[in-house]
Amino acid sequence: MSAFFAIIRRDLLLVFRRKSEVLTILFFFIIVTSLFPLGIGADSGLLRKIAPGIIWVAALLATILGLSRLFISDYADGTLEQMTLSPTPLVLLVGGKITAHWIVCGLPLVLLAPVIGIQFDLNSETLGTLILALLLGTPILSLIGAIGAALTLGVRGGGVLLSLLVLPLYIPVLIFGAGAVFASSVGLDVSGHFSLLAALLVLSLAFAPWATAASIRIAIE
Amino acid sequence: MLFTGIGFQLKAGEWLHVRGENGVGKTSLLRLLAGLSKPPEGSVDWSGISIEADPTSYRRELFFLGHRDALKDDLTALENVLIASALDGSAVSQDQALSALCRFGLRGRELLPVSCLSAGQKRRVILARLLLRKATLWILDEPFNALDSRAVELLSSLIAEHLASGGMAVLTSHQAIPLPNAKVLSL
Amino acid sequence: MNWFSFSSPATFYPLAGKLIPLFWVLATLLGVAGLWISFFVAPADAVQGQGYRIIFVHVPASWMSMFIYMVMAAWAAIGLIFNTRLSAMMAQALAPTGALMAFLSLWTGAFWGKPMWGAWWVWDARLTSELILLFLFLGFIALQASIDDVRRADKAGAILALVGVVNVPIIYFSVKWWNTLHQGSSVSMTKAPAMAHTMLWGMLLMALCFWMYSIAIALMRVRVIILERESHSDWVKNLKALQS
Repeated sequence: MSAFFAIIRRDLLLVFRRKSEVLTILFFFIIVTSLFPLGIGADSGLLRKIAPGIIWVAALLATILGLSRLFISDYADGTLEQMTLSPTPLVLLVGGKITAHWIVCGLPLVLLAPVIGIQFDLNSETLGTLILALLLGTPILSLIGAIGAALTLGVRGGGVLLSLLVLPLYIPVLIFGAGAVFASSVGLDVSGHFSLLAALLVLSLAFAPWATAASIRIAIE
Repeated sequence: MLFTGIGFQLKAGEWLHVRGENGVGKTSLLRLLAGLSKPPEGSVDWSGISIEADPTSYRRELFFLGHRDALKDDLTALENVLIASALDGSAVSQDQALSALCRFGLRGRELLPVSCLSAGQKRRVILARLLLRKATLWILDEPFNALDSRAVELLSSLIAEHLASGGMAVLTSHQAIPLPNAKVLSL
Repeated sequence: MNWFSFSSPATFYPLAGKLIPLFWVLATLLGVAGLWISFFVAPADAVQGQGYRIIFVHVPASWMSMFIYMVMAAWAAIGLIFNTRLSAMMAQALAPTGALMAFLSLWTGAFWGKPMWGAWWVWDARLTSELILLFLFLGFIALQASIDDVRRADKAGAILALVGVVNVPIIYFSVKWWNTLHQGSSVSMTKAPAMAHTMLWGMLLMALCFWMYSIAIALMRVRVIILERESHSDWVKNLKALQS
């Protein structure tokens, strides 16, 4: 277990020493969401309606941007290989890296979202739903995305290929997550959406680290 | 297919020198022995049990060093050593790490980011890891590369100590390695 | 008969060669029968007239695309667990046909939708799921194409296919759910006309035809893959020597 926390600390320490990588992802999130009103028009009724979808799609894209850095540097300098040879189960170390990735890439999206929600004139109850939905959804994005990142390690066309592989798998999270926010904005019940998101989270927690570890071993072979 | 028909046994205190020209498959063989890849035929056994049957026990006793340094450039030498041992589940104290780094001539450089160290100094950090890890079997791929003569001496004496206390090693090298009890495998 | 002797590419190659014409014949017979029923025997629909007949291609193509994904994932899993090369080659051979079926389903769906509901594309549950399935096939093909090392490509593709198989029901469910949430009108491909017996027969025969076709094409493709991969081995060199 201590190895799990050790690797989270290590990854956070590494990010802290190179903050720019992460800040660019957050700026991307903000810029992308700002593009839509510019492209569509400032009709606040329309913006309120499309806000859930836009914020969620921007979150998906920002997460994917951050995924390519999840394993690539460890793969390049040989530390990933050492992790596969460690007596500590690789699944545990992978779980730690995914957790660190979420803290660095997912959690900031959750915290930024209300700010963006205000840009789209969402009411406070909807903003609350948005935060909660992203809180449940962004870990799922990190977990599923990690599988794609491991599969495409060191492969030609890695980043774009990663998007092609992972975006279809993100669709259920998008549907339930954006659906929850939309339902909240029109005053409907959101418990169904949240139960489904929670179920997806449990499912990905159960399977994604294993699939990711297997993919890493295949890449290292 | 790189090679076929290879078999050998290694006992405590012995070491295997894998020799051959570039490209003949020395690295591939070492990676096979470490369990990073699987041979299409045959098996690697540790204490009579196939390493695939019980990989965790094997990995506890194994230290593998490939061509890359396995160091994070943005972390200091000390941090690299401490974190690597924590990830292996056998954390060492700061004092132990510092004395290991000191033994390999890195006193005064422990708190520098590894990116500031020379190639030879980076390899010495790995030697410190090797010392602290206390593994039984060392599989080292060209460990003497990029080492200056002083560091070559340090590594040779480290391996000799290791073998004398019952450890085992598999090494590849272009140079001759002045250690007793060698078994040689030429590919 | 020792079935396992056929798990070597060298013995499977000639076996596949003998089986291919058989499957083509079956596909042709079933296709002729299916099309005859579709066009001449099944009655015109009360609501949709003659134009609905395209479902005799659309629905079987959808079924086949899903079926092929399952079979592909099964072969990939076998290849991963038992480390057999031929299983992985079968998965690789099936993927393009699966993608074709998915595309055919979408294309015929558009041709059905346009005269019926005036739009080339509707976001109904089946079409949307089919689109995502097409993406899953394309992702599998792209991943295998991008990895140079053949064994790594096989195993990585296998993991992707298995992750996909787990996700397909989830995706289908979520899209259906999304559809019922947002769907205002009652436009839906799944609300097919009440099935007359003959219509069902027509679809079944066409589905079987597509199945035989898929097997034939997959066997042909796997033979090419075998030749490519085993090109260094003696039996392939003997083949080439014989043919020239």
